[in-house]
Amino acid sequence: MTADSVGYIFMNAAIVNNFVLAMFLGICPFLGISAKRDTAWSMGLAVIFVMLVSSICAYGINWMLTRFEIEYLRLICYIAVIASAVQLVEMTMKKYSPALFRALGIFLPLITTNCAILGVALFQTSREYSFTQSVAFSLGAGVGFTIALMLMAGLRQHLELAKVPSVSQGAAMTMMLAGLLSLAFMGFAGLGASHG
Amino acid sequence: MSGLPDTTEKITLDTFLRGLWEENPVFVMLLGMCPVLAVTNSAINALAMGLASTFVLVASNSLVSLMRHFIPKQVRIATYIIIIATFVTMVDYAIQAISLDLYNALGAFIQLIVVNCMILGRAEAYASKQPLGATIINGLGIGAGFTLALLSLGTVREILGSGSLFGVALFGENFQPWVVMVLPPGGFFVLGAWLLIFAWVGQHRQQRMDQQEVAQHDS
Repeated sequence: MTADSVGYIFMNAAIVNNFVLAMFLGICPFLGISAKRDTAWSMGLAVIFVMLVSSICAYGINWMLTRFEIEYLRLICYIAVIASAVQLVEMTMKKYSPALFRALGIFLPLITTNCAILGVALFQTSREYSFTQSVAFSLGAGVGFTIALMLMAGLRQHLELAKVPSVSQGAAMTMMLAGLLSLAFMGFAGLGASHG
Repeated sequence: MSGLPDTTEKITLDTFLRGLWEENPVFVMLLGMCPVLAVTNSAINALAMGLASTFVLVASNSLVSLMRHFIPKQVRIATYIIIIATFVTMVDYAIQAISLDLYNALGAFIQLIVVNCMILGRAEAYASKQPLGATIINGLGIGAGFTLALLSLGTVREILGSGSLFGVALFGENFQPWVVMVLPPGGFFVLGAWLLIFAWVGQHRQQRMDQQEVAQHDS
């Protein structure tokens, strides 16, 4: 596989340079929602969808902005698009799947401030991906996010039964766990030919 | 259409100091973690990121505070994000002009200040209800707390991971750096260790206070 093939970009974003564990994007939901496996799963799906929508929109917007040479508006446009995409997902979900809507609750609007999503839009612009490459990249990033979230949720469910010193309960222990997971994912680094 | 009602409080030294310890955005409230972990592989990156975030925090929160009576309640979050994005764009171009090396080292994380939940959180929880003066002081305090946290991670990671501080080598030639510290897992480990220390200190304080209370009851 060459470095700009679609499959490579997908694997690179999902596993080798995992968005959460290697690039530190989307840490807040990673720590906030990884307590239970089923919420983690639905959150992952919602993130994949929003990522895909905002990545496609960002591609179009970037094309427009470069055409009119007003690139300095990029950040403001991207964030506005992401906010509306999240709103769209929220409304669709409310209409067609009220049960899932209730399960996700407050986390849904919080996707707006998930830096992984803005990160996808910014990286695909700075790496000058074509349309298919952008789609592969956003899907890979979403899948990688979901993998990390699910792994973390599984670990934390087991951790609840373990006896740890009272000081290290909560955030500190979660950080250590994330560190170990990240260390494990470092093993994939050899697969990536070049960084970025 | 007016915004949220004011809950004015007096500006004291506490308005500033609260951000450093009690409401430290990183160690206590666990907000804005992404840049904390991502750019702290050297102390200079950490400092630059902290200062940039502080500027955006203070500037955007001042504007939010000034406009708090004009922003309709329903669209306030969107308005705050647009205001923050404006200042982030300014900082982005400023850093690019000042130091291209730094700009490349920080990468997309300067632009990602937009989605730093700490800034939006302060705008929503504090700036939208307080007058300008208090907002600026509080913003400076929170920003200082954020910078402090970034620096405390950055220095530890740089000393252990590359054996230097602000680019100056600290140890002799035969120092073997812990490479893992500058790699992603190191960020999690060092932050975990700091959180552990914070929790430990907090627990001891609580115990001492409890003991004092018991002693007061006895006497």
